[in-house]
Amino acid sequence: MELLINHKSASPADNNAVIECRDLTKKFGNFLAVDRISFSVKPGEIFGFLGANGAGKTTAMRMLCGLSYPSSGHATVAGFDVYRQQEKIKRHIGYMSQKFSLYDDLTPLENIQFFGGIYGVPARVIKERSRELVRSLGLEKEATKLVSGLPLGWKQKLAFAIALFHQPRIVFLDEPTGGVDPVTRRQFWDMIYEAAEKGVTIFVTTHYMDEAAYCNRVTIMVDGKIEALDTPASLMQQFACDNMDEVFYRLARTARRKDP
Amino acid sequence: MRTLRFILQKEFRQMFRDKTILAMMFMLPVIQLGILPLAMNLDVKNINLAIVDQDHSTYAQKLISKIGASGYFRIVTVAPAYKQALFTLENGTADIILEIPASFERNLVREGRQPLNITADAINGTKSGIGSSYLLTVIRDFNRDIRLMSNGQPVASPAGIEIASTAWFNPYERFTWYIVPGVLVLLLTLVGGFLSSLNIVREKEIGTIEQINVTPIKKWQFILGKLIPFWVVGMIVLTIGLLVARLFYGIVPVGSLILLYLLAAVYLVALLGFGLLVSTISNNQLQSMFIAFFFIMIFVLMSGLFTSVDSMPAWARSVAAFLPITHFMKAVRMIILKGSTLGDISPILIYESLFAIGLNALAIWNYRKTQ
Repeated sequence: MELLINHKSASPADNNAVIECRDLTKKFGNFLAVDRISFSVKPGEIFGFLGANGAGKTTAMRMLCGLSYPSSGHATVAGFDVYRQQEKIKRHIGYMSQKFSLYDDLTPLENIQFFGGIYGVPARVIKERSRELVRSLGLEKEATKLVSGLPLGWKQKLAFAIALFHQPRIVFLDEPTGGVDPVTRRQFWDMIYEAAEKGVTIFVTTHYMDEAAYCNRVTIMVDGKIEALDTPASLMQQFACDNMDEVFYRLARTARRKDP
Repeated sequence: MRTLRFILQKEFRQMFRDKTILAMMFMLPVIQLGILPLAMNLDVKNINLAIVDQDHSTYAQKLISKIGASGYFRIVTVAPAYKQALFTLENGTADIILEIPASFERNLVREGRQPLNITADAINGTKSGIGSSYLLTVIRDFNRDIRLMSNGQPVASPAGIEIASTAWFNPYERFTWYIVPGVLVLLLTLVGGFLSSLNIVREKEIGTIEQINVTPIKKWQFILGKLIPFWVVGMIVLTIGLLVARLFYGIVPVGSLILLYLLAAVYLVALLGFGLLVSTISNNQLQSMFIAFFFIMIFVLMSGLFTSVDSMPAWARSVAAFLPITHFMKAVRMIILKGSTLGDISPILIYESLFAIGLNALAIWNYRKTQ
């Protein structure tokens, strides 16, 4: 599968973290959705963000994407500040929300054209690349039919491909495989690996623990705080568990917050 | 500009795939302009009259047939006594009772005077008021006729002043000339106000706004991308409306069509700015609908479409004077009926422009890409 990510060779600046977070906090009234989280993500890394529902994963991700103002703390994404330079951040990132948010009343090709267009991809390039993209996704027959008719798995793959279409440096995926069958999930992770190989940094939230093992590093969030952050192998060692499932249960058991 | 082109392409695609919007765009002006003006007829006709004739004389007969021939009254019953007639008033079959007393003809001939009694059902104030005055006119006419008959020569009426009125700008006093431009304004306001107020909030409901907010799109590009398609729809509605006015009612604007379109173009931008502002304020389509409905109701009722602004109390007059729709309504009537020129309506044009700029600026400001 060709995903058409083409990154310039790593410049010295690229060796620094692409996402840098220090004591990042989000409060809604008295509720601490995200409580002083700190971490940094290296270029080309697949960074997993784990946590139960309501642990604060999406809120943290929204702040990093420039969709939400942090209450306190510091963070930079692609070298830009999350308080003042959200619009600059948005040029360099791709985003896929947990709810499918392409236009149902447009065709896959029209969706690609629209999002490519507003990211400033030249029309000629959009045309060429969208044709290749449709082929690689196996959507030739559906390319000119409305998205509303596509099965969820295909919609998610399309959404991911569109998030990568303008060749961002970082792509944020918020529970991308929720409600998707195991085969499609597997294909989805193949796409993620391909993108990462091309140098795209992947920031992905999930609560499928088998997926956590695919990440280079994972953080586990409990009640808005980061409780663990390491490679899956060292986490299993550290907590003396055989798999990520057990690691997660041991940490998540301590959660006091209920599902919202 | 490039970005805007992509947004417009997407908006137009979505709009032309929405059958409801397409149907609204063509059916609304044709059907509403075809029906509403006829329903809003302000002339009072078919006044139900109950007559109590206790005289049964030639004169009484003449009076009754004169009333019947006037064309405004439907004589529902000729009752022998006031009590029966009052019953028809109470159960709603009659609007007005005319009582002719027993000595009607004798008194008229011998004493030259005879009081009559008119009782009107005042629940429908307009109908009873206008009905009674029509009835008085008919009776006064009858009075002059019988004096003429008895004396053989015309008597000088005590009030010798004859008033002849001419209806300027609407010489045949056709109510449609007054109502149709008003309904046209109503249509533009409804289409523009509701369509735009439901649009951005719809993207919020579906969740697509999130995908938009995470792109480097500029706020003004997004708002303008929403505004232009609805503006085009509004202009199409106006065009169809003007055609219907011409074909159904024979109303051809006396003034310049270009001026009319210019004025409507500016008004639509203001109105769409209002709708988009409502859309950025609301969280779901239901909220948006209610807010838009609340304001558009006020706009329409205070604009002078149904009632004259001049006869409102002072506070209401100042509200009306503030609303852009009031001025737009006035200017549309001026151009269509009077043939007013740019010079006449330029203050209104400037006033609408201020709203157009202000409301859209507010909508852009209130649209938040980062919460």
